Amino acid sequence: MATIGAVHFLILAAAMFCLGLYCLMGRRNAIGLLMGIELIVNAANINFATFAHYRGGEVDGYIFSLFGIVLAAIGVTIALAIVFALYRNFNKNIEVDEVSILRG
Amino acid sequence: MTTEFPLLTIIPLAPLIGAAYNALAGYKMQKRFGHAAVHYPAIIMPAISFLITLMAFFKLLSLPANERVLIATLWDWMPIGFLDAQFSFVMDQLTLVMCSVVTFVGTLIHIYSVGYMHEEPSYWRFFSYLNLFMFSMLVLVLGDNFVVMFVGWEGVGLCSYLLISFWYHEKKNAVAGMKAFVVNRVGDFGFVIGLMLLFWGMQGEWVDGKFADIEGSNLSTASEITHEMAAAKVASVTFRHVAERFENKEFKERFLNRKVFGISLITLIGIFLFVGAMGKSAQIPLYVWLPDAMAGPTPVSALIHAATMVTAGVYMVARLHFIFALDPFLMSWVTFVGALTALFAASIGFFQYDIKKVLAYSTVSQLGFMFIAVGVGAYWVGIFHLMTHAFFKACLFLGSGSVIMGCHHEQDMRKMGGLKKYMPITATTYLVACWAIAGFPFAAGFYSKDEILWKAFSSGNLLFPGGGIFIWVMGAVAALGTAFYMYRSYYMTFTGEYRGGGGHHEDHHADHGHYGHAHTPHESPNNMTYVLAILGFLSVVGGFLGLPHLWHLPNLLHHWLEPVFEGSVNYITAAHFPHIMEWILMGLSVFLATAGWLVARWLYLDNKNPLPAKILASKNQLVRKVHDVVSNKYYVDELYDATIIKGVMQFRLLCDWCDRKIVDALVNLVGTVGKVVGFFHGRVDSGVVDGAVNGTGWMVVSGGAILSLIQNGKIRSYIYITVVAMFGLILINYIKF
Amino acid sequence: MAFTVMFYCAALFTLYGAAMVAFSKNIIYSAFSLLISFIGVVVIYALLDADFLAIAQLVLYVGGILVLILFAIMLTNKISNASSSNPSRSQFLSFVTVLVIFVGLFFTIIKAPWQVSAGTQELGPITDSIGDALLTKYLLPFEIVSVLLLVGLIGAVVIARKENIEKAGNTNLSATSEQGRSL
Repeated sequence: MATIGAVHFLILAAAMFCLGLYCLMGRRNAIGLLMGIELIVNAANINFATFAHYRGGEVDGYIFSLFGIVLAAIGVTIALAIVFALYRNFNKNIEVDEVSILRG
Repeated sequence: MTTEFPLLTIIPLAPLIGAAYNALAGYKMQKRFGHAAVHYPAIIMPAISFLITLMAFFKLLSLPANERVLIATLWDWMPIGFLDAQFSFVMDQLTLVMCSVVTFVGTLIHIYSVGYMHEEPSYWRFFSYLNLFMFSMLVLVLGDNFVVMFVGWEGVGLCSYLLISFWYHEKKNAVAGMKAFVVNRVGDFGFVIGLMLLFWGMQGEWVDGKFADIEGSNLSTASEITHEMAAAKVASVTFRHVAERFENKEFKERFLNRKVFGISLITLIGIFLFVGAMGKSAQIPLYVWLPDAMAGPTPVSALIHAATMVTAGVYMVARLHFIFALDPFLMSWVTFVGALTALFAASIGFFQYDIKKVLAYSTVSQLGFMFIAVGVGAYWVGIFHLMTHAFFKACLFLGSGSVIMGCHHEQDMRKMGGLKKYMPITATTYLVACWAIAGFPFAAGFYSKDEILWKAFSSGNLLFPGGGIFIWVMGAVAALGTAFYMYRSYYMTFTGEYRGGGGHHEDHHADHGHYGHAHTPHESPNNMTYVLAILGFLSVVGGFLGLPHLWHLPNLLHHWLEPVFEGSVNYITAAHFPHIMEWILMGLSVFLATAGWLVARWLYLDNKNPLPAKILASKNQLVRKVHDVVSNKYYVDELYDATIIKGVMQFRLLCDWCDRKIVDALVNLVGTVGKVVGFFHGRVDSGVVDGAVNGTGWMVVSGGAILSLIQNGKIRSYIYITVVAMFGLILINYIKF
Repeated sequence: MAFTVMFYCAALFTLYGAAMVAFSKNIIYSAFSLLISFIGVVVIYALLDADFLAIAQLVLYVGGILVLILFAIMLTNKISNASSSNPSRSQFLSFVTVLVIFVGLFFTIIKAPWQVSAGTQELGPITDSIGDALLTKYLLPFEIVSVLLLVGLIGAVVIARKENIEKAGNTNLSATSEQGRSL
């Protein structure tokens, strides 16, 4: 068990990303999808923080993580609003496969 | 050298508070609590200023004579470039004299106004303006540097405008106010140019691509001038510091030798500054506003247009003595303008019938005397005359106000007469003040006017032929005229039979709600007569501050003011005459004053002498012409109308023509061109551009139809596409390694 | 050593939570697993010296976003049939794809020559330097993000409110969607 370096954190983030991606691909519930997106955003934030930490001296990476958190918050807000709109307008159904009237 | 004295701030601040109080709350207070709630604060505030001035006086007395400078710095105001102006007040000997006169006479006139403005509905507005005026005037005299002084300078101009057109419902008054304002603007413009030239001159100069700083040392190229160097060169605009720098030979030489349009810079500065003084102190040719300013309430005429504001020019020249004394040409110019004004205005006074107009021209004439004094370098005499003039002219104006009120707002002396019987106190004080202004022995005017004439006579700085003697003759004739018209006004007003109260009078003034006895004149209330008595008393004893050196008595004022003007003492020269000469001149001027008095007495006493009426009715062509010219004030107003005002109006018409014929034509041309271009453009637009736009639209539509096949509405498929793309990216990464 | 132990614990925590989010059939379980995962991330941030981020993560995600998600779940699902509230489809295909991607990522990360600075520079608490940077270098993005937050807020309200639909007199868009499909 070597000392923990940047690679360990990156692999953790990659694993988290993949689990989020699985969520995104497999889930039918809109809220489930949303949770997957949150996992992905978190994975990205961990990456930013890792690079900020291991390059040293600069605070920029942390700031990008912070912006990431804020953007995720905005995303969740809007997404939940959309979920409510779906719920109301599609017969209390929030399964994304059923909602495809925006197709080309 | 200087002593901090923070209380100085209160001197101008107190009237400002009074003004703010009456401006903001006066209307309500007057409605609820009556006049007292308005005038008590308004009187107390200048009184506080007067008390603080007294305190400052004692403080000054406790200091050694050449260190009598109190300052109060409020804040750093304008650090611009090389100049640094602080908002600070200064109290030296000169300021103290001005300050005492302003606050003392000002307070008295406030008290007087309580009686005079009694019937005025917007009583609060009047007192608010008066207090504001006191504030501005005090800022003017207390200002420590050019910039603060200029603030006060403009402030008094504004207040003068507000108070002249105080009864703005009548067009005449509003026009008079505007005239005063516009004429003052001309003067102020000159003043500003003078200041800017001075500031500009105080900077360094570019010589052959190198920057020479004003002391003539430190040549350096532009690139070498760093910010720190510039900061180190910051020049104060405080009077003291500028005066000190003028003592530096290099500095002075630079001002004297630097030429602008072939005129020495210092001359140019002085000329422009004096233009400002001309406007404010009503000298030829900018005196025309002062007689019209009599449209304002009489206390205003007394305070602003006799005692304080109009003397600001004299004060300014005395304050900037270190500039004016440098150049003999400047001194001659100031003296000559003063003498000419003194003579000219005195002659107009002969045929005026409006009692206030007589006093107005007399003020212009007396201001001329003051400028003679400061012109020949006798600064303390100018200030001395300023002070005595403040006392006796305020007394005369307030007396005339009392008369006007007693006669129910009648200002024409032909409708007065015999008032001595009805208003004895007013008559007595008026007579005393006449005595003082005419320059009879032992009254204030005697000492100051004689000293002015003597200084002019013995001056060695004047450039024109005849020098001081010429000025002396002009001044003496003006003094003769002064004695004549002042006694004329006294006899016409107070002796003989009362000629007012006719039927005409009644319907003309029916709207003035009179109180008390209707058609006979009456004495004014106590608060007015007391003020008259105090000022009358001072008109006599005020002169004892500056007794002639000839009499070997202590001259307090000269001694007091000496340290202020010591910087310019070396430039002033005086021709030496034996003492007997001075005695002769003194006797001569007393003789002239007596002659003026006797002629006035012979012609106007009790209105019995038929000669004046005969002269007026004379058919003799010469007599008629002279009378017409003089009584129409030499047609100066008409001249200005015909030249400047008409010129401006013609120019306006020219501008109008240009606007309509040339500018409009250009605009129309541009419009037409636009129209033609627009037509062709429209053709191009509908053919080529629309085709391109429609084509693009068609391409987008068909492209979208093809691409929409990908948009199948299934999120999963989108994600798969993304993932496959991402995987592709990872693979590319490997291929690259 | 403590660092290593802490890291593995936190990583385990995080990944366990994330896996539960991904695989649980019950959406409420998923949501609470997300909480576990987020807390794990908080520890990860703390290990990365990012104290401010850790707190922000805790407050924003755990305190804000997660509660929002739980509310959304409560409002849109009946608790009674919660057990099968988070259905998945074509799990096998997804799993294989994700596995492939993970392997790809893994080797990329291992192989990439990361430019890690030699001497570990201790930044200390980053809160004040973050504050500095936000108000100087990143002032514009900071302001833009705040505007974006406002826009998001308004957008959410506009999207989620009811009246639009009621005015149209048609509360069920599935019908129109059917129509749309038949066209």
